[in-house]
Amino acid sequence: MSALLSVADAHVAYGKVEAVRSVSLEVGQNQIVTIVGANGAGKTTLLSAIIGILPLKGRVSFAGQDLSRLDIEDRVAMGLGLVPEHRELFVTMNVEDNLELGAFRIERSKAKASMERVYTLFPRLKERRKQLAGTLSGGEQQMLAMGRALMGEPKLLMLDEPSLGLAPIIVADIFRIVTELRAAGVSVLLVEQNAQAALKIADQAYVMELGEFVLSGKASDIAANERVAASYLGFQHEGASVL
Amino acid sequence: MLFLLQDGITNGAIYALLGLALVLVFAVTRVILIPQGEFVTYGALTYASLAAGQMPGTAKLALALGIGAFAFDLFAARKALHGRLILRSTVTNIVLPAIVLALTVYFAAQKPPVAVCIALSLVILAMIGLFLYRIAFQPLAHTSVLVLLIASVGVHLALQGLGLLFFGAEGQRGPAVLSGSFTAGALRFTGQSITVYGITIAFIVGLWLFFGLTLYGKALRATAVNRLGARLVGIRTTLSGQIAFLLASVIGALSGIMIVPITTLYYDSGFLIGLKGFVAAIIGGLVSYPLTAVAALVVGIVEAFSSFYASNYKEVIVFMLLIPVLLLRSLAAPAVEEEKD
Repeated sequence: MSALLSVADAHVAYGKVEAVRSVSLEVGQNQIVTIVGANGAGKTTLLSAIIGILPLKGRVSFAGQDLSRLDIEDRVAMGLGLVPEHRELFVTMNVEDNLELGAFRIERSKAKASMERVYTLFPRLKERRKQLAGTLSGGEQQMLAMGRALMGEPKLLMLDEPSLGLAPIIVADIFRIVTELRAAGVSVLLVEQNAQAALKIADQAYVMELGEFVLSGKASDIAANERVAASYLGFQHEGASVL
Repeated sequence: MLFLLQDGITNGAIYALLGLALVLVFAVTRVILIPQGEFVTYGALTYASLAAGQMPGTAKLALALGIGAFAFDLFAARKALHGRLILRSTVTNIVLPAIVLALTVYFAAQKPPVAVCIALSLVILAMIGLFLYRIAFQPLAHTSVLVLLIASVGVHLALQGLGLLFFGAEGQRGPAVLSGSFTAGALRFTGQSITVYGITIAFIVGLWLFFGLTLYGKALRATAVNRLGARLVGIRTTLSGQIAFLLASVIGALSGIMIVPITTLYYDSGFLIGLKGFVAAIIGGLVSYPLTAVAALVVGIVEAFSSFYASNYKEVIVFMLLIPVLLLRSLAAPAVEEEKD
């Protein structure tokens, strides 16, 4: 089975600083893949480069097509979606307009059905349909950002720190929805500092440190790894090194 | 007194349109559109020339810019050229202005009716606006506001020089869109002033519907609110920029066509007119449409009164309005770092 997203030997630099070095990764159909790692490890940088916000040296292909010459807008139209860390909502527009714009590259006849699906996933958004995006709570804004990305009918949704700054109940809600997405045929690439929760729902996992992948494998194996446990899951095993 | 107020509102309505266009272009592309004034004179003088049975040079300029835009399109896509792209670029950038040029040559020879003059002028200016964006601003879209401002000054100077070439140093006047007049009490309404009110109101309502109800209008707002967010839903920044420039040039041309039956316009008159729209836009903070519209009416009224009582100082008085506003704004708002993206 060929991977949906495949990144090979990717380097991403901010000016002269190389924030991501020689990273390779694959996301298959119907998979949740997570990248865990500390703040500043380069996870957000990597996602930004995959969607095309930052230039990437190396090879990226999506659904069998080389992405290197495509703009962000074309990658989005191909079915690659990103929910960025800062959400980037249209804050002075209402929830429904935000969602409608999410389907900008989708046929208008399909957009209506998409919106119903998003409202079923996030009933809260339906209640707040006419409210301005900027006046929503943090959790609702995260839901709107995810809903807006889903309106574009992505084959792969990349989520950057969806749990950041949110109450535990809402985080649980969002992780539950991520697993529902997989069941609905959307692959997910999840970047999280909350490694414990991410590893619990993911199929595959990569551990990122200082711009490089130091470990990869099945999520359950990674979760059981002593070093990961010590560094990211918050409990210290006897004799485990903290690197 | 009342007639001064009426005069001010007529002018203010036009400044309002120009101010709204400036706010729109700035919000979407971060360009401070100094050539807005040239859109006014080009529109007005193209209309006046056509009505007088002369061939306006702007139609040729549109074709020349179109060829330039075509070259830019090919160069930008040089690594991934394909037939459909070339065909689309040829049609919009070369075939379309060529057809309009042919129509202009055909109609100019036979003193066309007013409606034809207006339609041709608007189409010519719409194309000029669109191609100017492609040539001068789209390649710089990622640069700072300052770079864009300098490009804008450059475009303004170039267009003003070309204006002298096309229309000569003589001023022109055009025929009224609606002739006739009536009096109501102390006020005399000419067909032209009614036209100004009608078109301004229609345009503002039209813009409001466009931004509030249509997908493309919302996409334009989205780009203005959050450029990265807009790109992440697949809205091309260049598409939004094109629509904004298209609207701005049409608004400019329309304003010119409304002014030229009232006042003689010269090739360089546009700058001052545009600047007054700019004063209104600045009072609106370059973000607020309603504030800009209200400010434009104030500018128009102040101008009307000052040209009656102290006509030598009328420009000074109008531009002095800016000083307290800027002072207040700088006190009210903390220093804002330029947006990075």
